Amino acid sequence: MTDDLTRLPAAELAALLTAREVSSVEATRASLNRIAAVDGDLHAFLHTAPEAALRTASEIDRRRADGYDVGPLGGVPIAIKDVLCTKDMPSTAASKILEGWIPPYDATVVARLRSANLVPLGKTNMDEFAMGSSTEHSAYGPTRNPWDRDRIPGGSGGGSAAAVAAFEAPFALGSDTGGSIRQPAAVTGTVGVKPTYGGVSRYGAIALASSLDQVGPVSRTVLDAALLHDVIGGHDPRDSTSLDELWPSFADAARAGRAAGDLTGVRVGVVRELGGDGFQAGVRQRFDEALAVLAAAGAEIVEVSAPHFEYAVAAYYLILPAEASSNLAKYDGVRFGLRVEPEGGGTVEQVMAATRGAGFGPEVKRRIILGTYALSAGYYDAYYGSAQKVRTLIQRDFDAAFASSDVLVSPSAPTTAFTFGEKMDDPLAMYLNDITTIPANLAGVPGMGLPIGLAPEDGLPVGIQIMAPAREDVRLYRIGATLEALLEEKWGGPLLDRLPELETAGSAHLAPPPGPGTEPDGGTR
Amino acid sequence: MPDETSAITTDQVQHLANLARIALTPDEIAHLAVELGSIVDSVRKVTEVATPDVPATSHPIPLQNVFRQDVVGEVLTPEQALAGAPDSFDGRFRVSAILGEEQ
Amino acid sequence: MAALMSFEEALEKFEPVLGFEVHVELSTATKMFSAAPNDFGGDPNTNIAPVDLGLPGSLPVVNEQAVRYSISLGLALGCSIAESSRFARKNYFYPDTAKNYQISQYDEPIAFDGEVEVELDDGTLVKIPIERAHMEEDAGKLTHVGGSTGRIQGAEYSLVDYNRAGVPLVEIVTRMIFGTEHRAPEIARAYVATIRDIVRSLGVSEARMERGNLRCDANVSLRRRGTTTLGTRTETKNVNSLRSVERAVRYEIQRQAAVLDAGGTITQETRHWHEDTGTTSPGRPKSDADDYRYFPEPDLLPVVPSRQLVAELRAALPESPAAFRRRLQTEYGFTESEFRDIINANLLVEMEQTVAAGAAPAQARKWWLGEILRIANARGVEPGTLISPLHLSELIALVETGMLTDRLGRQVLEGVVAGEGSPDDVVEARGLAVVSDDTALLAAIDEALATQPDVLAKIRDGKVQAAGAVIGAVMKAMKGQADAARVRELVLERANS
Repeated sequence: MTDDLTRLPAAELAALLTAREVSSVEATRASLNRIAAVDGDLHAFLHTAPEAALRTASEIDRRRADGYDVGPLGGVPIAIKDVLCTKDMPSTAASKILEGWIPPYDATVVARLRSANLVPLGKTNMDEFAMGSSTEHSAYGPTRNPWDRDRIPGGSGGGSAAAVAAFEAPFALGSDTGGSIRQPAAVTGTVGVKPTYGGVSRYGAIALASSLDQVGPVSRTVLDAALLHDVIGGHDPRDSTSLDELWPSFADAARAGRAAGDLTGVRVGVVRELGGDGFQAGVRQRFDEALAVLAAAGAEIVEVSAPHFEYAVAAYYLILPAEASSNLAKYDGVRFGLRVEPEGGGTVEQVMAATRGAGFGPEVKRRIILGTYALSAGYYDAYYGSAQKVRTLIQRDFDAAFASSDVLVSPSAPTTAFTFGEKMDDPLAMYLNDITTIPANLAGVPGMGLPIGLAPEDGLPVGIQIMAPAREDVRLYRIGATLEALLEEKWGGPLLDRLPELETAGSAHLAPPPGPGTEPDGGTR
Repeated sequence: MPDETSAITTDQVQHLANLARIALTPDEIAHLAVELGSIVDSVRKVTEVATPDVPATSHPIPLQNVFRQDVVGEVLTPEQALAGAPDSFDGRFRVSAILGEEQ
Repeated sequence: MAALMSFEEALEKFEPVLGFEVHVELSTATKMFSAAPNDFGGDPNTNIAPVDLGLPGSLPVVNEQAVRYSISLGLALGCSIAESSRFARKNYFYPDTAKNYQISQYDEPIAFDGEVEVELDDGTLVKIPIERAHMEEDAGKLTHVGGSTGRIQGAEYSLVDYNRAGVPLVEIVTRMIFGTEHRAPEIARAYVATIRDIVRSLGVSEARMERGNLRCDANVSLRRRGTTTLGTRTETKNVNSLRSVERAVRYEIQRQAAVLDAGGTITQETRHWHEDTGTTSPGRPKSDADDYRYFPEPDLLPVVPSRQLVAELRAALPESPAAFRRRLQTEYGFTESEFRDIINANLLVEMEQTVAAGAAPAQARKWWLGEILRIANARGVEPGTLISPLHLSELIALVETGMLTDRLGRQVLEGVVAGEGSPDDVVEARGLAVVSDDTALLAAIDEALATQPDVLAKIRDGKVQAAGAVIGAVMKAMKGQADAARVRELVLERANS
């Protein structure tokens, strides 16, 4: 298996690089070749930067050869969600309104990747401005799920999840406002972590909802997520909401958890409200089996109730649109991005309206209008104000639940991957898909999604979500790594070993993905 | 408190679109009126438990007094500032005529 | 031009109700939310960080000094300082507002419930109630191009410079001010002058109205005598000098009175003050578009000033303008009326700084109220904008030491006002120093005596005033650059030698 570098987790690839058994150029070229082979069909990337990646890789190889310490992850390739600013690649948040925009700065997390000598491969697809659960709202066409090309890869970070699942990159950066890391992880059989709010800098992350957004790792293993979290996390004075504290090594926690194989003394709370009839049978079955694995390893399984979680989706779909309506006001065609002149010209007001009318997709418009409504005079108290109160109630539910448990668990998503178009005409159904992941964002607590098997009825991945109290991200890695090891032992290898062969550029009946397909930099990959 | 049925009229959508500076087609407006009506009916659920005694939470992790020292740092070069501008002239961003008034 | 009612008649029929919103630009080194320099005089778009341009992904971080300045200002306005204060977004689209929202404060301002004591020309004290003082950011600057006027109407396009975007502001909002009666315009002016003096004494702003460091929006409404119903108010913007504040309030009272008296109604609207015509014109009427959709700024955290910090800043407050006046009056030893002239000309701060720089109070007063005020009135500007207290003290020193005569001093003042540099620079560039070389003077005296031979005899006969003719001739020959007293001495010496 080691003859295909793309199959290696980042940690193992990093070990080979450190031992100088493999060069970064080889590793990077392997990823680029894999992208060239499969991404024409998958469409996980909006932009790739092969020359820059190989140049960076070769520079890292040279420095390593010269005896410099390039860090534990030096030379490992990585994919970056297009919501993050990169000064050498377009950063469009998958919107037409930012087509071709290259920021004059790197997001803090991207700068930290570069400092850690990771090799950026390109920018991954997403729902426009991270609004969606399927990548169908990308202005540049959706991403396919590597497990089934007719199904969605989750969203908004479907591109990052699909890229990692399809072995196009060892790991990737994502962002999670209401589940955009964890839900794609669930439906692609990968690992994703939404850190504690403030644990990772938001500077340079194109804002969706400032009080909910959090950047995090997307990977195939818990250890890889931890390694990446260690790189990107920590205080950033450019983000006022960044937590100024020292974090333990998440990689150490993951290694310890994997080695331990035992969960004696760990109290695992099962959230009663995040399960039940609305959840697909195969999801419930795999989740129950995972609980059994946890129990067998010594964990104490307790049922906890979070009575206000049923209000979470409603609160979320007021707070998010409200903040987004304001955050997205800057896209007006004056300083950057698209400008559309109305026929026959017009005043600046008309140009702004025409630009925004043409530059935003339907979901973005829907949420901006909804957010404008929620904040407008006469409605604020009933809608936005009430939603902020629900937020308090949900935090209290978490506090109560964490009084009796060390971590909370639920299925990551109610169902396995749905098919393209299934929920496009029903925004409410799409919104309800986020029911499991939203509470963590509202309360700011960390959450991890990791695979727990394939649903018997459709053979598609199912994920478990583990949540910890704020600032206790380390518990996710320790317990997540233990569960991962126990499951892999049971399965005889990682779940992704069962990923079907993908359509490659050489294979027959290659169809473009559904929907529009021109890339945000104006070219094709 | 909004009235019991949250029907959203097309006039309301048009008004919101004006506030949000988004040009919408009549078709979009008609669609949005229906969709928003059902979304608002669903999200109004928050009012059931948002009683006056519950304080509002605006930040998930409570912090306070996060400041920056008053020391000059990096600025954009004029080239960087204008690099993404759809239209500029003489070092400034150019926009078409403004008929409104300054706020 | 709108019909006006005479001020006296307006006051007979109506009671004016005032209100003010004064924006003060803080003189911090950097902007409110970015580390870009707080300096917007230079080339366009050179002092901007990503957040000032609203670039995607950029985030604001609060300038601590701006918060301290705001607390100090709040304390000086007699306000309570909030236990917890937070920022809010004010959402509206305008091209000078980079994010299309302004970060301001809404329901939890940093300072609230204050009172400012304002002294009128005759010494009457008036108390102005302050509702709140809150922190916010300034907008960029629009230049309207095309059309004939350079105004917004008729412009072909506009250019935006964001250097000013994000400059820290404190907005000071009064409550409704009742009972001003016929002194309303005067109180308006005195209020703004007092705010100016307070922020200058605190050192938190240069408070130059002509540069926009301090901007006043004046709200005026009228209540018909014998009724209790408040009238509709207008908000007059662009009032950029103390004199204009007074004139604009007077104008609005007269205009509104005429409209109401003719059975009309006042529209709630923004009006623009036109310095040149001394009138206001309607701007945009208030409408639904003013639904600003305020909500707590999620990118920033609450500001919770410790009581210790508030106590420290309170202890460090300079004396109030009223106490300042009382102290200076004692120190300068002027008579009541001499001192009142300084107050009325709004020159007390300039006086204090000029004296602090070394000038004698009497000299400082003479120059400020004399030549400088004359030039200022002729040009319609504030005297303080013409020359700095330091330069004036240097000029006074030159005159006191005999380097310059009074007349030359006035020429040097002209030079300084014209921007030719410091008094020393002007003296040198214009070659204005008094000729103190007796040789040159004696040569000129001998020449003058030679043409007027009878003068010497008259002087020797004791008719000393005869020297005047010679002195005049000498001064003329020296083009005025001589000390007349010295010339006189020399003439008398010559006659008696």
